[in-house]
Amino acid sequence: MQFGIFTVSDVTTDPTNGTTPTEHERIKALVAIGKKAEEVGLDVFALGEHHNEPFVSSSPTTTLAYIAAQTEKLILSTSTTLITTNDPVKIAEDFAMLQHLADGRVDVMLGRGNTGPVYPWFGKDIRQGIPLAIENYALLHRLWREDVVDWQGQFRTPLQGFTSTPRPLDGVAPFVWHGSIRSPEIAEQAAFYGDGFFANNIFWPKEHYMQLINYYRQRFEHYGHGSADQAIVGLGGQAFMAKKSQDAVTQFRPYFDNAPVYGHGPSLEEFTEQTPLTVGSPQEVIDRYAGMREHFGDYQRQLFLMDHAGLPLKTVLEQLDILGEEVVPVLRKEFAKDRPAHVPDGPTHESLVLAASTTALEPTSVPELVEGV
Amino acid sequence: MTTRTLAVVSAGLSQPSSTRLLADRLTEATVDRLTEQGIEVKVEVIELRDLAHDITNNLLTGFPSPKLDAALGAVTAADGLIAVTPIFTTSYSGLFKSFLDVIEPTALTDLPVLIGATGGTERHSLALDYAIRPVFSYLHAVVAPTAVYAASSDWGSAAASGTLPERIGRAAGELAALMRESDRSSQVTDPFALPAGFSPVGGFGAQ
Repeated sequence: MQFGIFTVSDVTTDPTNGTTPTEHERIKALVAIGKKAEEVGLDVFALGEHHNEPFVSSSPTTTLAYIAAQTEKLILSTSTTLITTNDPVKIAEDFAMLQHLADGRVDVMLGRGNTGPVYPWFGKDIRQGIPLAIENYALLHRLWREDVVDWQGQFRTPLQGFTSTPRPLDGVAPFVWHGSIRSPEIAEQAAFYGDGFFANNIFWPKEHYMQLINYYRQRFEHYGHGSADQAIVGLGGQAFMAKKSQDAVTQFRPYFDNAPVYGHGPSLEEFTEQTPLTVGSPQEVIDRYAGMREHFGDYQRQLFLMDHAGLPLKTVLEQLDILGEEVVPVLRKEFAKDRPAHVPDGPTHESLVLAASTTALEPTSVPELVEGV
Repeated sequence: MTTRTLAVVSAGLSQPSSTRLLADRLTEATVDRLTEQGIEVKVEVIELRDLAHDITNNLLTGFPSPKLDAALGAVTAADGLIAVTPIFTTSYSGLFKSFLDVIEPTALTDLPVLIGATGGTERHSLALDYAIRPVFSYLHAVVAPTAVYAASSDWGSAAASGTLPERIGRAAGELAALMRESDRSSQVTDPFALPAGFSPVGGFGAQ
């Protein structure tokens, strides 16, 4: 089981004092947060990709490489990489490059992006979001697995005799998570390839995500990658903590009330009841998240959103101390209890290299498509 | 015994409201028509005033509260809908439209709908046909030909030809006929149904 944090890289005014970090300050804060994640014993740092204000992370692999150079164990990931508007050839190259620089500590989460204008800015049509995600990934999947690719599709120029360089480290593609909030097509895609499925989970009630993940698990088994409980599931989460529960509520409320996504809507109390957001003592966070496996089954990766809505860097780093030192160690024990041996751990480069070497004689293949599935 | 479910949405803001009064009259008339034909009717009334905060929150967060989710479920799984709004500034009320805005665009397909509206004067009666009917047409609902507008003066008129009770009766008959043929409440919808022809590798990817 892997624990980590994910960020959307928003530049948001701190509602308690009206100060807004500069882009430079926020970018440097992202680096500090990434390094802190390793320092407090977390496994994963995932960074979003955006091409519009108020977000600063337009070039995640640049930032992740910089963090990789200053860390030893941390897995660098994304939340998400836009599979719709990026050229899949450039994704293949960027992440293979990052994989080499970081000695394999890299995976990637693919998402479609829901900001309408970004599509036309990159020459795409949001109404083609699903077909773009499907076709672009079909190409990306081949670019990392086949040395020479001939390819023709609907959305980009054809390729003849193309080799994406550098080739993936140790001949093993970065692990891929497919992130989706509601589309069964993306759950189906993740299941078909035997890739991971990540449910953001933080803005909607868990019942919705339980259905979506259950669907992915069933389809993962259908496509022959293992039993449903061996499917690779990641979940988002969100917490704000203080020793005393009421202090956490008091401190976080102004940030919640003015947050870009849910601010000026439901009350903090309603939102914490209806979504996994937990504001309280470390023990309350432990209890809430230790219970997630009851709803979603044993899973592989838990990421927390800790640095948005204008929270100052100092506060975020304090929160990461609590998360890494008081919460995650207990959660690791809780998640290890009664976890069946056949349920895989979170994927790493080493585990993928090992898996590839044990199946080296088999061709790298994807399952046969069955008509009418 | 055959059963049909009827959802009633009233967007009146005052309590008591003439919008709810019209909704109740339309409901009663529709239930009577169906009962006469041996059809049992389950009625679920949704007062949007009670859901006003939940609807706004859904607009902001993208998901419904449990209370709103139950109301949305009642409407989308019904065999018939009576939807009544006050006319504000020549059109449906903002709350009424906001409720429709948080419904999935395909969730009302084939739903028989009777639309009604209330207002201070008769001069706004056409709002039913230029503002409210197109919304339900867009949603692929089946809107009964007769829409019922009740101005304040209608509540004091005699039961003569062309008056409110006659319009209510005609509209209820139309909705009852549509509901009799509906099997929406017994349909099971698969939220994970993939679009026809969907392939996880796309049209070209399997090459």
